[in-house]
Amino acid sequence: MAWMSWTLPTAAFFAGIALILIAMTAWQVVSPSVERRGFLPLETTRGDRLFIGLLTSAFIHLGFVALSDLSLYVATALCVIWMMILMRWG
Amino acid sequence: MTKVENNKAWWLVMPVFLIVAFSAIIPLMTVVNYSVQDIFDPYTRYFVGTEWFKQVMTDSRLHDALIRQFIFSFTILAIEIPLGIGVALMMPTKGRGASLALILVAIPLLIPWNVVGTIWQIFGRADIGLFGAMMAKLGINYNYASEPMHAWLTVVLMDVWHWTPLVALLCYSGLRAIPEVYYQAARIDKASRWAVFRYIQLPKLTNVLIIGVLLRFMDSFMIYTEPFVLTGGGPGTSTTFLSQSLVQQAIGQFDLGPAAAFSLVYFLIILLVCWVFYTTIMNMQKDK
Repeated sequence: MAWMSWTLPTAAFFAGIALILIAMTAWQVVSPSVERRGFLPLETTRGDRLFIGLLTSAFIHLGFVALSDLSLYVATALCVIWMMILMRWG
Repeated sequence: MTKVENNKAWWLVMPVFLIVAFSAIIPLMTVVNYSVQDIFDPYTRYFVGTEWFKQVMTDSRLHDALIRQFIFSFTILAIEIPLGIGVALMMPTKGRGASLALILVAIPLLIPWNVVGTIWQIFGRADIGLFGAMMAKLGINYNYASEPMHAWLTVVLMDVWHWTPLVALLCYSGLRAIPEVYYQAARIDKASRWAVFRYIQLPKLTNVLIIGVLLRFMDSFMIYTEPFVLTGGGPGTSTTFLSQSLVQQAIGQFDLGPAAAFSLVYFLIILLVCWVFYTTIMNMQKDK
């Protein structure tokens, strides 16, 4: 594993992603997702909304890094709120 | 109908999943790790946070490469798609001519990328190349090694020559799949050639065209070998596209941290565009 040059933040990041995927799988098994249409202009399942949320979150973080000197925690907080809105009403 | 969720077939997907894990996911994780560190050797590395991302996102050379990349991809799409449809419409449909046309059209697709670059490098030279010499005879001082516009023209021409056949072959197969009854109906209605194309052929080609656009966009967005062989990214940086900037940084200067950050940004852009195309295709098929 040493060749992968792990650091604590990146390990935590991937652990977080893995946990989200496991939780989503468990959720899907307990109550299967049904495609629906929210404020997004397309029909999405829970997994679709998660993917859209993660991808947009990545771009929001990049935007913060590129355009502002604000702490990245602000971006992360915004993304968590955005993610919740997207999962609920997206 | 209830869908079976607990399907044993999932186990059959496991080998593919393992291969993808080794070939894509683990390397990607390593790239993420590299992107937040300054690495001197395997034992000397420092955590730098988002510094490389900041550097990459504010690097004007990379902005220029990204803009060039989008201009290039949209230019070749704007040429290759209509041209491919045109070629497919003109190709004979029956007899020996059909086979011969298929073979002739497919030839550029069989040539390896680096050879394509070399062919055009020679083809465009004013002293020994047919194209270069022809331009010289026409009184145009054509030189792709020193004039940015000429270099661009050559790279675009090269890509059009190399990849229009793919679009043409896709459209050809799409056209062959249209049942004869549509044409018969059009003849009964005395439809013009344009009306047949606009209301029968083009709608029936939608799906293959989307695949064509998707393939050509992705491929051109990752273009590396041909411009590298032909112009080496020059003159100056006028034909340096994203992948070449990345290679210069990662291998040329051995700046693994910034190169890793750049790779991730590049990856995210491709992921976004792929997703947009994929969603569009799926939704178009749903609407039908």
